[in-house]
Amino acid sequence: MSYSATVDVMLKPGIADPQGQTIERAMPALGFEGVSGVRVGKRITLTVEAADAEAARSKVEEMCERLLANPVIESYEVEVT
Amino acid sequence: MSAQVSVIVFPGSNCEFDCERAFSLLGAEPHLVWHSETTLPHSDIVVLPGGFAHGDYLRTGALARFSPIMAAVSDHARRGGPTIGICNGFQILCEAGLLPGAMRKNTGLKFICKWVDLEVANAQTAFTSRTQPGQRLRVPINHFEGNWYCEDEELQRLRDGGQIVLRYADNPNGSRDDVACVSNAEGNVFGLMPHPERACEAMLGSEDGRLLLGSLLDAVEARRTVPA
Amino acid sequence: MTVAQGVHRDLGLTDDEYESIRERLGRDPSFTELAMFSVMWSEHCSYKSSRVHLRKMPTEAPHVVLGPGEGAGIVEVAPGTLVAWKIESHNHPSFVEPFNGAATGVGGIVRDILSMGARPIALMDPLRFGPPTDPRNAYLVDGVVHGISSYGNSIGVPTVGGETIFEDCYAENPLVNVACLGFVEGPLMVGRAEGVGNKVILIGSSTGRDGIGGASVLASAEFDETAGEKRPSVQVGDPFTEKLLIEATLELIRTGLVVGVQDLGAGGISCPTAEMASKAGTGMRVDIDRVHRREPGMEPFEVMISESQERMMVVATPENVERVLDVAAKWHLDANLVGDVTSTRNLEVSSEGKVVADVPADALAEEAPAYERPYREPSWIAEVRDAPIGDDPPKDLEDAILTVLGSPNVAGKRWIWEQYDHMIFLGTLEGPGGDAAVIRLPDREHAVAISVDGPARYCYLDPYEGARLAVAEAARNVATVGARPLAITNCLNFGNPEKPGVMWQFAEATRGIADACTALGAPVTGGNVSFYNETSGRAIYPTPVIGMLGALDDLDDRVGMAFSGDGDSLVLLGATDPGDMGGSEFAKVIHGCVGGRPPRLDLTAEKALHSLLHRAATARLLSSAHDLSKGGLAIALIESSLRGNRGFSAELDDDHRILFSESPSRAVVSCPPASLRELRHFADELNVPFAEIGTVGGATLAFGPVEIALDDARRVFETGLAGLLSTSMS
Repeated sequence: MSYSATVDVMLKPGIADPQGQTIERAMPALGFEGVSGVRVGKRITLTVEAADAEAARSKVEEMCERLLANPVIESYEVEVT
Repeated sequence: MSAQVSVIVFPGSNCEFDCERAFSLLGAEPHLVWHSETTLPHSDIVVLPGGFAHGDYLRTGALARFSPIMAAVSDHARRGGPTIGICNGFQILCEAGLLPGAMRKNTGLKFICKWVDLEVANAQTAFTSRTQPGQRLRVPINHFEGNWYCEDEELQRLRDGGQIVLRYADNPNGSRDDVACVSNAEGNVFGLMPHPERACEAMLGSEDGRLLLGSLLDAVEARRTVPA
Repeated sequence: MTVAQGVHRDLGLTDDEYESIRERLGRDPSFTELAMFSVMWSEHCSYKSSRVHLRKMPTEAPHVVLGPGEGAGIVEVAPGTLVAWKIESHNHPSFVEPFNGAATGVGGIVRDILSMGARPIALMDPLRFGPPTDPRNAYLVDGVVHGISSYGNSIGVPTVGGETIFEDCYAENPLVNVACLGFVEGPLMVGRAEGVGNKVILIGSSTGRDGIGGASVLASAEFDETAGEKRPSVQVGDPFTEKLLIEATLELIRTGLVVGVQDLGAGGISCPTAEMASKAGTGMRVDIDRVHRREPGMEPFEVMISESQERMMVVATPENVERVLDVAAKWHLDANLVGDVTSTRNLEVSSEGKVVADVPADALAEEAPAYERPYREPSWIAEVRDAPIGDDPPKDLEDAILTVLGSPNVAGKRWIWEQYDHMIFLGTLEGPGGDAAVIRLPDREHAVAISVDGPARYCYLDPYEGARLAVAEAARNVATVGARPLAITNCLNFGNPEKPGVMWQFAEATRGIADACTALGAPVTGGNVSFYNETSGRAIYPTPVIGMLGALDDLDDRVGMAFSGDGDSLVLLGATDPGDMGGSEFAKVIHGCVGGRPPRLDLTAEKALHSLLHRAATARLLSSAHDLSKGGLAIALIESSLRGNRGFSAELDDDHRILFSESPSRAVVSCPPASLRELRHFADELNVPFAEIGTVGGATLAFGPVEIALDDARRVFETGLAGLLSTSMS
């Protein structure tokens, strides 16, 4: 069966995010006050074949561990529908 | 009086010193202008140099286009002032809507720094008047996101309007139609990924950059002799 | 906070070291103090295992303005023209996280150069990995190169050369060394906290938990917060901030607003605070509540030892503080007044109104133990020296030539260096792929040459001879482009110094470097030691990497390696010993052998060759010059051909050892026939063996018995490495 999966990859808390910090600092200049905690990640969408939703999730989580996220500095969240 | 060239410096720009040197060698008078200024000094030419403005964070050139100086740059461009964006500068002009298209990562997904051959597609622009149609120019590229893209209809318009100025002889990054340099419809704003300021001294590898930057200086001269 | 018994061990301090600290303080140390000692007395920061050996190095010469002990060594390359030159390592972090490990390695060395008041103008990256056919190594290569590219290119400093070497021993211990050249724009700066009453300012990125070592530190802290928030963090580089820091720091120095500058790297805030006070004979009082933090709930010890990147510490008079903060603000950098210079000679740290550390600055900066670790020649060395050398004739000579040419250590590295901006700043007159990089200084008048070399296989066979060969090769590379070798910086990469065999390698290698530097008149201006490069008991080859700096009298004297004139005469300078095959590329690639002794070096002959190359360059006699190293004469000839896009025909012996011997002190040059007489005359005067071996021209590489098409050689050379490395996943 085909399942749709969405993976959100973010830097782990505590890891410096220069991109997020730079965007955050640029906000006031664009007229946006009160913006904080900007962190930038990536979203990956894919379709995967599996016996059931459990199996699909399991497969995608393994993809995350091995390729989609860098486990040293990134964490991930998987959604399967 | 020599041509007054304003080189805009964003936090993260790094080719401004090279642009200064190139224009000085050609007899112009370059000035560095910090991005937070809101007015430009008297400028015959405005240059947006290469580098990594605002770290290229979010999207390359995305944050830089909101810098205070950009209003004055747009003004200069819309009034017909010669304006050139080199590499990161090209990316910023695209994000600012002053030039068509957008940049993507190179197809090889690697940063590339090397000498390439460019072919003059339109020798009658203010940027190429010192060249001949089809002439090959040796200029280096140095970028990770130089893969220029635009939609079909727009591409056709650009081709018809002579807005494609230079092409890669051997496309290094996947740019549509091998485009290396485009201009706006009015023909006074130019953007190119290659670095002409790095090709102005034989000892560094090529002097072909002088043909391009020199053409701009000729355009400045021409503008001065035309009654306002 | 009380310190539990034995906590010092979790922090990496020995019982004896703990006792020393107690004795020095006259009491038990606080936890914060203990953490500070643990980083300042670590191997990386204190050189405790290496200091006694490093003392052997010659460090003085009329042209060396500042030697070891500062951010970087300073050399006068022309009257009144000063450059900074230093090499650093970031080996272990690059194995953990190759992209960020390598990137932050670049950041660190750049800040060292910057702290001297020098604008960083060139980088070189000597890298070492396990065989590229293994995907794990390919992944590391990819990440490291991408990291250096991303950081170096973003900060606008060209990466103009380096080395990439593949050996089995580096598989789990990749080496990432980075060298940086800087131009002292003036004035020259040092890291001293002079002037009691002066102010201490921290500029740059905010401070987080980056690089704080190991869960054991956290366990010893006895907190009750959730472990998740306290997770130690990999250092992530921000080249954008670094670029701003470069401009801001140079502006501060140029405008005379600061009296002392030091960068932050290993050891975090503890390092410049202790060192600047210690060097000036003053003290410092620091309020860490004033340190701008990225994370909530940081403990004092975390603030003191965090290795967050892109930070500099400056000392300014009270009158200049406002203007310093203004300059930082202009460049979009955080800056905070964090302390004062005192007369106590102590480093006093307070947090929330309480003193959490009060330690003599000298104790932290100067008084780490200097170990005389035992060393002795290991038993395996005799076996290695008796092992087959691997100099038997190949089955097919042409095949052997192409195989060596396409092997990972010899094949072209364009795949790597085309990812580096090697042109920015309009100073690169000779770039990647050459014997040495030739850099035109920002004054546009003078030029220097730099090269990095570390023939570790020779050092494995004989650390003393190998180290001498390393210095000789680095000097030869610089001489080949027409420069005079002036001074070195060295990065000494070794295994575990607590093993007598490894310590023996270190002692021998440092002795070799010292002897060669003395003989060649090129002292050591500083450098770096990286120990503990071993995994599961397997150590790397002893790998001293030498960064040589030379100066050209006139930038138009420079000579490249490319053949440039059809009809030019080919000349081999120096003596070839067919027995110099131990540790050679031929032996390893064709026969899989690493055995015997490394090539024999005569430093007098080496020096004579350098003088000859310099003379020939200044007399403008040469079309090309290329020194011989990996792969010997065969490879040197091919490299000059490919670079110049023209072939040659040479009359050579068909003894494969003549083609592949790696005898040092040799170069192959080409010149117009009219210049031959004068060149031979110079060679005779200097006692350098001189042999005309052929002519430049044609589309084939004719070695005598063997002829190879230029295009075939090019294909093998250009695809040898790229074919082995996987595509990026970025």
